[in-house]
Amino acid sequence: MTNLKTDLIRGDQWSGLVMGNHAVARGMIESGVRVATTYPGSPTPEIAAALSAVPEDVRPYYFEYSTNEKVALEVATGASLNGHLSTVFFKSVGLNVASDSLIQLSLFELIGGMVVVLGDDPGVNSSQNEQDNRHFFRMSYIPMFEPATPTEAYEMYIEASRLSKQYRAPVALRLTTHVCHAKEVVQFSPITSGPPDWTSRFDTENGPYLPLVKWVFPMKKRALEKLEQFEGESNKSRFNEVHAPNSSGPIDGKRLGIISSGLPALAILENLHASGHGIDLLKLGMSYPMPQQALKAFLADHDEVIIVEELDRVMETEIKALAWDLNVSCNIRSRSTRDQLMGEFTPDRTWSLLSDHWPSLFPAQSPVEIPADISPRIAQMCPGCGHRSAFHAIRAAMDDDTIAVGDIGCHSMGFFLPHNIGDVLLSMGHSTATGAGLSINNTRKVIAFLGDSTLFHAGWPGIVNAIINNHSITLFLMENGTTAMTGHQPRPGAGEIGDKIPLKGVFEALGVQFIREVDTYNQGLLTQYAREAIAYDGFALVIARHPCMLKFVRTQRAKVPDFELSHVEIDQETCDQSRVCIEKFGCPSFYTHEDGSVTVHPDLCIGDGSCLKTCPVQAIQRESKRGYK
Amino acid sequence: MRPMNIFLCGVGGQGIGLLSDVLTRACLAAGYRVRGCDTHGLAQRHGTVVSHLRIGNNLFTPRTPPGQADVVVGLERLEAMRGAATMLRTGGTVVYYDTVYQPIHVRLRQADYPSATALESVVADRGGTLTRVYLDNLKDPRMQNVALLGRLAVMSAVEDVGVDVVRQALCDTVPPKVLDANLKVFEQVVNASDE
Repeated sequence: MTNLKTDLIRGDQWSGLVMGNHAVARGMIESGVRVATTYPGSPTPEIAAALSAVPEDVRPYYFEYSTNEKVALEVATGASLNGHLSTVFFKSVGLNVASDSLIQLSLFELIGGMVVVLGDDPGVNSSQNEQDNRHFFRMSYIPMFEPATPTEAYEMYIEASRLSKQYRAPVALRLTTHVCHAKEVVQFSPITSGPPDWTSRFDTENGPYLPLVKWVFPMKKRALEKLEQFEGESNKSRFNEVHAPNSSGPIDGKRLGIISSGLPALAILENLHASGHGIDLLKLGMSYPMPQQALKAFLADHDEVIIVEELDRVMETEIKALAWDLNVSCNIRSRSTRDQLMGEFTPDRTWSLLSDHWPSLFPAQSPVEIPADISPRIAQMCPGCGHRSAFHAIRAAMDDDTIAVGDIGCHSMGFFLPHNIGDVLLSMGHSTATGAGLSINNTRKVIAFLGDSTLFHAGWPGIVNAIINNHSITLFLMENGTTAMTGHQPRPGAGEIGDKIPLKGVFEALGVQFIREVDTYNQGLLTQYAREAIAYDGFALVIARHPCMLKFVRTQRAKVPDFELSHVEIDQETCDQSRVCIEKFGCPSFYTHEDGSVTVHPDLCIGDGSCLKTCPVQAIQRESKRGYK
Repeated sequence: MRPMNIFLCGVGGQGIGLLSDVLTRACLAAGYRVRGCDTHGLAQRHGTVVSHLRIGNNLFTPRTPPGQADVVVGLERLEAMRGAATMLRTGGTVVYYDTVYQPIHVRLRQADYPSATALESVVADRGGTLTRVYLDNLKDPRMQNVALLGRLAVMSAVEDVGVDVVRQALCDTVPPKVLDANLKVFEQVVNASDE
């Protein structure tokens, strides 16, 4: 296994089992990245985990968690303008936030070089959509690599940074979820870059850096020229190559080929090995700009070609346009159903796609039949989670027709059973503004939820808007002091709750008249505050705080020798089986039995006691006083 | 050895990562090419979590396609059933730790929790074999994964990846502080299987 703390900056060559994200982190260090920035989000947070595992005093780079993706991209841009190779990484939808600045990047001479690493999410494993960000890089004139394995992610990162420095232009590395999280043994090279040289090299002579009026066209012209040069690089890139796993030759008199990239290309390779047919695969690793020469040759050499890509018809559109210009006789095919425009392409799905076109070569496979009566298992707020306590208390203050707007973070799970609180979810930080819109001339009450990390990310503009326009909504700020969902990265003002930036003080300074602050375990008081806030005419804020208990328990286990959790238990004599603990409060520790009784699962309960007051007959009691206080 | 797929599944928080890491390390030590993939993100909060191990040549994608797992390793009964139903190949093997983590739908009585017999019949429908692991005296539920590991080692679930190789991988993976406790559980399962 790999010890990130030491292995990541090892000077000599080594090999180890790593996930794609860790391979990318090593690629950054070998490339000589001096400034790395991010905002945490799946599937890329493990890049940050790797970079921050290296002790600060021996890091050959500066690394920061920025407040959002746009800020992260701008910090990286500034560093590159100053002559340092920089990199920024974030998740798919993070690019939407960063895009306002990303669009300008290719207009600049980025003298230090800059690599933008993006984690797209086909299959929506942990995002609110599965947007295809290949469009974004085309719109921004930014060349793009699409690795399929951890090894390729590492090698392509190094190549991307080399080109970025050479052309003083941004270059993108587009990962997808299961490239980020795939594991394999990767062979790494020695580190050849010297110690960091922090000399400031910013010089307006390298500009102009002002895309205003008369300067825009020359800047755009230069970006387009670079794009043409990048096409030359693509044509000679070793990452664009033809694979012929079986001896190729005409099948029924026709030469058959497939064009693909990323993980779908690997799925195709598996299909070709399994079928044994002599079909060629053109796998594109530097996939934008497309390698026109390689494509021309491949189309000319084959009678039928299928384009296999995930999500939108990006390669297909360009390849078909190219074929039209070339007037080639090759029969180009692609996906035919709406379903094939959605989700990730695994080998069973690519087989099915090939079967649509070449049924005799890829006989249709019957899908695995799954019994319908297997219970789903959805994610849950952890035992002891302060958010659960908050939802339970706030529910008591809501009317039947109260509209609850959710946001992104662990508290999104309030929407799940049994709380079902959170009727609308748009994007990071949207809740206050969407709630404000819902509240206009509405007799129904509107409440909104927002986490503390998301507040800093994109929450403020909507909040300020609600304050100055006096929108009548209640905002519940769900403060747990961390970015819990993605793995406890610090939020601005890191450390304990409210340490560096006192949230309440900021809201007071903004002129908010109604502010209440309460620990969510104090459910009675939170319900009372929620009632007052909802009844208040204007913008009302309730800070519902409790530290993340998952983080707390992990910290205690690491810190306290022989740390043992206490538990609660249910006094079966007292319990009247009203099931409030299960159906309203919903801690996963409460187990239901066929005879109607309820017990506490000792493996799950952490003895936090947030459930104690929820039982109408006080049947929930502390089992012991060990450990948790 | 012909290429093989192992599919591990459980509930977020059960320690599937360690189980997967040790198995992977053991397979690498035995000289196999290994690739794989773990669940990250939201599902780790008490949702279904999985880990794929693909061992041998000519396997390229990190995840095993449905119905193609040679071995399904379940850390929990319902997840073992889901794993077997979706991933097990005809004639494959299922090894599971018989603990119960009720999902919210079961707690709310909107779905049934499967009996051990129901799991047996799902596996039997695939012509597979089922092995149950359970230790009466296991104090720390976070070591159920090591009990499973012991069983997989005894069975040599992967050719040439037996008790010695797996034990060494366990020693190389687990932090020294908790190694003794883990080894104790591992040896208990190994010894019980000898009798």
